[in-house]
Amino acid sequence: MKIYDKKLAYPYFVWMTLFTVVPLIIVVYYALTDADGNFTLDNLLSISGYGSVFARSLLLALIATVICLIIAFPVGYFLSRLRVNKQHIMLMLVMLPMWMNFLLRTYAWMGLLSTNGPVNAVLGFFGLGPFNMLNTSGAVVLGMVYNYVPYMILPLYTSMTKIDQSIVEAAQDLGASTTQTLLRVLIPMSVPGISTGITMVFVPAVSTFVISRMLGGGSNLLIGDLIEMQFLGNSYNLNVGSAMSLVLMIIVLLCMSFTSSFDEDEMEGVS
Amino acid sequence: MKQMKRFAALLLTAVLALSLPLSTLAAGTIEVTEDVSVTDTYDWTRFKGKNITLNVYNWGEYISNGSDDSVDVVSAFQKLTGIHVNYTTFDSNESLYAKLRSGAADYDVIIPSDYMVAKMISEGMLAKLDYGNIPNFQNIDEEYRNADYDPTNEYSVPYMLCTTGIIYNTTMVDKAPTSWADLWDERYSGNMLMFNNSRDAYAIAAFATGNSINPQSTEEVDEVVEKLKSQKPLVQAYVMDEIFDKMIGGEAAIGVYYSGDAITMIDDNPDLAWVFPEEGSVLSVDSMCIPATSENQEAAEMFINFMCEVDIGKANAEYIGYTTPMQAVWDVLDEDLKYSEIAFPSEEIAEKEKVFTDLSDEVNSELDVKWSEMKSYDEGGSGVIFLLLLLAMIALACFNIWRKLRKKSRNMY
Repeated sequence: MKIYDKKLAYPYFVWMTLFTVVPLIIVVYYALTDADGNFTLDNLLSISGYGSVFARSLLLALIATVICLIIAFPVGYFLSRLRVNKQHIMLMLVMLPMWMNFLLRTYAWMGLLSTNGPVNAVLGFFGLGPFNMLNTSGAVVLGMVYNYVPYMILPLYTSMTKIDQSIVEAAQDLGASTTQTLLRVLIPMSVPGISTGITMVFVPAVSTFVISRMLGGGSNLLIGDLIEMQFLGNSYNLNVGSAMSLVLMIIVLLCMSFTSSFDEDEMEGVS
Repeated sequence: MKQMKRFAALLLTAVLALSLPLSTLAAGTIEVTEDVSVTDTYDWTRFKGKNITLNVYNWGEYISNGSDDSVDVVSAFQKLTGIHVNYTTFDSNESLYAKLRSGAADYDVIIPSDYMVAKMISEGMLAKLDYGNIPNFQNIDEEYRNADYDPTNEYSVPYMLCTTGIIYNTTMVDKAPTSWADLWDERYSGNMLMFNNSRDAYAIAAFATGNSINPQSTEEVDEVVEKLKSQKPLVQAYVMDEIFDKMIGGEAAIGVYYSGDAITMIDDNPDLAWVFPEEGSVLSVDSMCIPATSENQEAAEMFINFMCEVDIGKANAEYIGYTTPMQAVWDVLDEDLKYSEIAFPSEEIAEKEKVFTDLSDEVNSELDVKWSEMKSYDEGGSGVIFLLLLLAMIALACFNIWRKLRKKSRNMY
């Protein structure tokens, strides 16, 4: 039986080797060679000139992740406490925006936030503005939060459905205040959801290029834009582009190692 | 204005409908649809039933597509020839080049601009055309044949021409801009749109500083890009086709774009106006070519020939507002466009037009590096923050590893 099990996994190993491992090796190869295929570190060193772009990407993605977490935590809790049939409806509402094309949603924000757009029109009705909202870092963060918040809500909701309501009641019976219940019971018990959510929001946010292009007006450049420019830019510089991807992967890896450490803590608590 | 136009269009179709019986009698044409007739000396139907698919890769918004009562060129071609067309679009010469180089897709007809044609020819990416299959090449004006980018004219057939210039909103500027140098005017701070494409943006700064739009040395590139960098704080956004929404919606006072698209924008918002800057402007010729990898070259040549039909050229020119390289098409154009200063500038302006040439690899990569640097340039200099963030992340990672190790050693006991 055991042999059969192993064999069944082979197709996936082949798939993974062909489409994950080999491309990764190609990226590393390009990152460490010049146009003629000779070994060089110049590509990686040239990235230091783009420090501000990397800083902006990390910072904006971090802010977006925190905002997503703050928004999603109460939503996830609220969802998980609903009756099951209502949960399905509400979950569908959370996912509803994801049925629409990502580009379209972001493009719509471009119109909404513009100086003569609906948002400013409503504000103008109350005698405020017009504000210059488009083409700012704030607009980019907004785009990230809007697009990625479902990815934070879903894992939080899943992990929170596993929290028995009686535990929350017990905490309150034993005299814990709302804050104490939150800090001592709810948050520790939803840590797996939080760490998955952080990864699922931070990783796409740090590497996005469409959101910054549309909402950041091309002057709030992110790592994603920079990589895109290397491949679709004027000189078709695969090597520098690969080096940038490599650095981005390392950053993401660091981020993952941070969140996965929470998971292990949680596992220990269970056993 | 729009109403008037619609009325005029109705009138025109009425006249056309009346004259139809006459035109069908005219020798030498096949009627494809109400508005399109093609020459009958060409064997259009030889691929019928052979189940051929042509992959056509064109600029966005660059063909008459049937909306607003225009002619649907692609479906007319399909109807006439029985060849299926898979029509997709790109937004810059560079992305077209990258797509072809990566071998990610097979295209049969592509429409790059002049300098990209030259680059592709030099890299052997284009197929030599069989002009026997493109008899309509004779429609192309002499002055657009054998251009610098394809001196022997073996690879390309001009499709449309356009020039770059300044489009501005008359209600939002005190004084109409007249030169590229006006784009460095503090008054337009935060109200200005620039090209999000290195070659076109570079050309603007080159005109403003009196340099050539085709730099020969890396020092020249550095100097001109420095000028672009000084403009960055004034720029609202770097855009390509997003400019349509922004200029039409009155989001920005002043922008730079291609003449043909400016005509479309002015149609939608009459407050907009166009100016050819006094330093001169870039003339680009977008040409139809066939990649060397195409497997349907003859069918692709038929498509190119179809695009050079007078009726098709007219439909396209009127829909996209670009300048046609065919005299026969100009003759039958709608009066509005025919005498438009924007599409067909005066001799005086035309004399100052410059054309892009292919740059050397060294200059090209310098331009690209400098352009990325300019775009990512931030006056705050947040490079320090990056280092701090990176250090913080590494510290966190180390802390995690240390914690895990400690746990392991604890568990041993």
